[in-house]
Amino acid sequence: MLAWTIYISFLGAAAMLLLPRSSAASARILALITAIAGFAIALIVFVHHHTGEMHTLIRVPWIPSLGIEYHLADDGISLTLVLLTGIIAITGILFSWNIEERTKEFFAFYLLLIGAVYGVFLSYDLFLLFVFYEIVIIPKYFLIAIWGSTRREYGAMKLALYSFVGSAMVLIGLIAAYVAAGANTTSLSQLAQFPFSPHFQMWAFPLVFVGFAILAGMWPLHTWAPTGHVAAPTAASMLLAGVVMKLGAYGCLRVAMVLFPLGLGPWGFHVLGLGSWRDVFALLAVIGIIYGALVALVQKDFKFVIGYSSVSHMGFVLLGLMTLNQIGISGAVLQMFSHGILAGLLFAVVGRMVYARTHTRDLAALNAMNLYKIIPFAAVTFVIAGMASMGLPGFSGFVAELMVLIGVWRAYPLLALCVGFGLIVGVVYVWRAMQKAFFAGAGTVLVPPNPPLPPITIPERLGATILIATSVLVGLYPQLLLNIVVPALNSPLFEGLRKGSWQ
Amino acid sequence: MIAINYAQLLRVALPEVIVVASALIVMAADFVLLRRYNTRIRFALAAGIASVGCVAAIVRILLTPEVANILNGVLIANPLTHLVQIAVLTLTIFILLLSVDSTFTQHVGEFVLLLLVATAAMMFLAATQDLLIIFIALELLSLSLYILAAFNKSSAQSWEAALKYFLFGGMSAAFLLFGFSLLYGLSNSTSLPLIAAAIHGPALNPLLVIAIVTTAIGLGFKVAAAPFHFWAPDVYQGAPAPSAAFIASGSKVASFFLFFQVMALGFAGAEGTAALPNFVRGWVPVMALMAAVSMLLGNLVAIRQSSLRRLLAYSAIAHAGYMLLAIVAHTEQSLAALLYYVVTYALATLGAFGVIAVVEQQTGDDQLSSFDGLSRKTPILSFCLAIFLLSLAGIPPLAGFFAKFYLFVTVLNASPGSMGLLWLIVLAIAMSAVSLYYYLRVLKRVYVAPPAAGAAVIRTPLLSQALLLVLAAAVMLLGCAPHLLLRWIDAAVRASGL
Repeated sequence: MLAWTIYISFLGAAAMLLLPRSSAASARILALITAIAGFAIALIVFVHHHTGEMHTLIRVPWIPSLGIEYHLADDGISLTLVLLTGIIAITGILFSWNIEERTKEFFAFYLLLIGAVYGVFLSYDLFLLFVFYEIVIIPKYFLIAIWGSTRREYGAMKLALYSFVGSAMVLIGLIAAYVAAGANTTSLSQLAQFPFSPHFQMWAFPLVFVGFAILAGMWPLHTWAPTGHVAAPTAASMLLAGVVMKLGAYGCLRVAMVLFPLGLGPWGFHVLGLGSWRDVFALLAVIGIIYGALVALVQKDFKFVIGYSSVSHMGFVLLGLMTLNQIGISGAVLQMFSHGILAGLLFAVVGRMVYARTHTRDLAALNAMNLYKIIPFAAVTFVIAGMASMGLPGFSGFVAELMVLIGVWRAYPLLALCVGFGLIVGVVYVWRAMQKAFFAGAGTVLVPPNPPLPPITIPERLGATILIATSVLVGLYPQLLLNIVVPALNSPLFEGLRKGSWQ
Repeated sequence: MIAINYAQLLRVALPEVIVVASALIVMAADFVLLRRYNTRIRFALAAGIASVGCVAAIVRILLTPEVANILNGVLIANPLTHLVQIAVLTLTIFILLLSVDSTFTQHVGEFVLLLLVATAAMMFLAATQDLLIIFIALELLSLSLYILAAFNKSSAQSWEAALKYFLFGGMSAAFLLFGFSLLYGLSNSTSLPLIAAAIHGPALNPLLVIAIVTTAIGLGFKVAAAPFHFWAPDVYQGAPAPSAAFIASGSKVASFFLFFQVMALGFAGAEGTAALPNFVRGWVPVMALMAAVSMLLGNLVAIRQSSLRRLLAYSAIAHAGYMLLAIVAHTEQSLAALLYYVVTYALATLGAFGVIAVVEQQTGDDQLSSFDGLSRKTPILSFCLAIFLLSLAGIPPLAGFFAKFYLFVTVLNASPGSMGLLWLIVLAIAMSAVSLYYYLRVLKRVYVAPPAAGAAVIRTPLLSQALLLVLAAAVMLLGCAPHLLLRWIDAAVRASGL
């Protein structure tokens, strides 16, 4: 049944092309119905799914001569991310209610992207996973290049090429693994059981991991993320930061770490104090956290603040994966969900509520407008989202980052201190952006926007409420997701990882 | 002296005979009956008759598949040759039908005749393992293609392209003939398997090295592999659209099949290896080098092109590089992968040229700027172009992606237990990442750029539109269900051996 999330989205995209040319409203409603249907399916499965273990949805031979199967399955981790995709898809459409130019095409690309994302999360065959992973690239490019803003063609091309280079690295690793195993299968579970030689894993692991981590915004390969996010239209930035970056992190966990667990083991020698790929990536993740936060601190463009904050928050995900203990990795999965919701919310406020009205994202110019008085709803939403993003208790970000921190404390006590510093900077940049964007100081010369800003619309209010409610719900009752994520991590698929360097 | 059974010869060569006969019928009909009608009708009727001829040849091959080996490989018929012949014939039918709406010539009969003669030459090329027949068929094909490239008599570009093609082609034919003569001298035979048996030995004879290199030059020219590619950009740009499409698709299929056969059969025993870290002298390192240079040069130069036809020419050079990898691997699987690749590649390129032909007829040139805002002017055509270009770039779920995947897997599989050919795969995948950039540049024009002010609406002729949709559907279908074609290719390769 969960497989229908994919089909419905693709069918919705195809149906979009058949709509009459000039009818923007029907396109919006069709897109919304499609997204809600996908989410409803995910929710029903979530309610019935208590154990978090792997369920095969469909498994039929696809290309028999190469042992490739059309194999869709879900476990707790993919279900969590499918839910996230459903929520972001719905709210993204609500926040793009104002798209008037080429509406049909916009939503066709949008639904194509959503369908492919569902596909990646549900694929259990490496070839199939890769197919969906690459389908994502093209709609992403057009969404940004056609409907984007600042330097959109540059941002879109940069994003497409970074993604494609990443997937090229993944492809090399996958082909090598397929040939090395010689088992004529691309099934994830079967390849995961194959004992690749340690030497092979030592080069294949970093190749595939980095290939996926590019899309997860790993420093220093993150530069596509801020430019891409800033150039994208609101719904596309929400999808990019909310879901597409999760594809990368998901690939790191589901493919790179599961296939090549020995690649995480020690090299047997030390370079600059680093003794394994695990150390290297943990360090890069921490640099990402601190670097992203520091750069966000000095941005003049409101959207760049959020763009760099994404890099910082995704650092937590990668760091959580590298802790290799249960609390750290489940924290990473929770952080994927939490960041998806919060980044979506922040981009919605900046892109739709503020920029679409004021046509400027310059913090100084926004400051002079004293937006708190004009669009209080946006200000309140941003304050709440900011608090959640800082990691205040009661929101999803708190639980996730706390779990990652505990995991890091066990694995790398020293790095945990650095992460603490990153968290403090995180509070500061959110605070600064909040104050500059919405609250004019006492001595500021006020420049009221001209013409007056239109009020916040109902779809926007609805979207913001959904996202805030989700974040609070998961923050107050994280067991909701952890109940299915933890059993998934204990499933046979991750056995190699557990036996290897699990702590 | 072997007695020749002429009845059998005729039976085996009947598909080719049908094609040639229909060519003569077209010619006669055009001269005698159709002179007074306008070009559009003449083209429609001529293409119709010719297509019927091709269909008849396909039907003949499918209904009574002969299996024969006449005179030690002079004429061969087995499932594999049938497969290649059917592929070539199908592509020819598409080109015939796509050319119905073209206006570049009054000499309809001659044009169709040359297309069919070239097709027959390609069919012979696929069906022989004898140096003499290979050379004759290759020359017949080349001479037809030279004239086809020059067919637009009102365009100086077309003349220039044909002249360049002819000069380079003549030179490469000389190289090829020189190589063949050395092979004959070494082995006292013109049959590929017998040559292989004769040259087999522990050390490479210096004459054999020369033969390898000159043969590689001659055939490398046919498939437009670097550094023997100089004709390709000019011909792709200058030739009339149907001729260029024919050179880029059908002739590629036949030439690559031939290239594989000559190398894997004729030079068996002198392979050497291109696997790192220990190169061994032989023809494989030569192929590997040509492949690497083609991939690098084709992809990097394509970035700088401002005309879509030239861009496709450089991308063809890059794709020739990928396909040469299959020859480097020279296993049964890699032959299957090569055939899958070249057929899907031909479909996509053919489609792209079909779109170019329509756009050119309305805007006058094929500069990238002519494609600005095409999606607003003709959404269906733009959609087809997007499918073709993304398939060439290797984006799933289109045919080009699976072709690349399968090809790379078989190449890596060719040396079991070692990853010696991994360097070529890494290069190929890295370069295909580069290729996405220039394909996306074209699609950016089509989908993102606003249409030029005052640009007229583009009307697509109904037949072209239908054919392009069929091609796009085929590219999508073969990407989503590669097994439809792969099963057939696998069975043919297995049944016929190498």
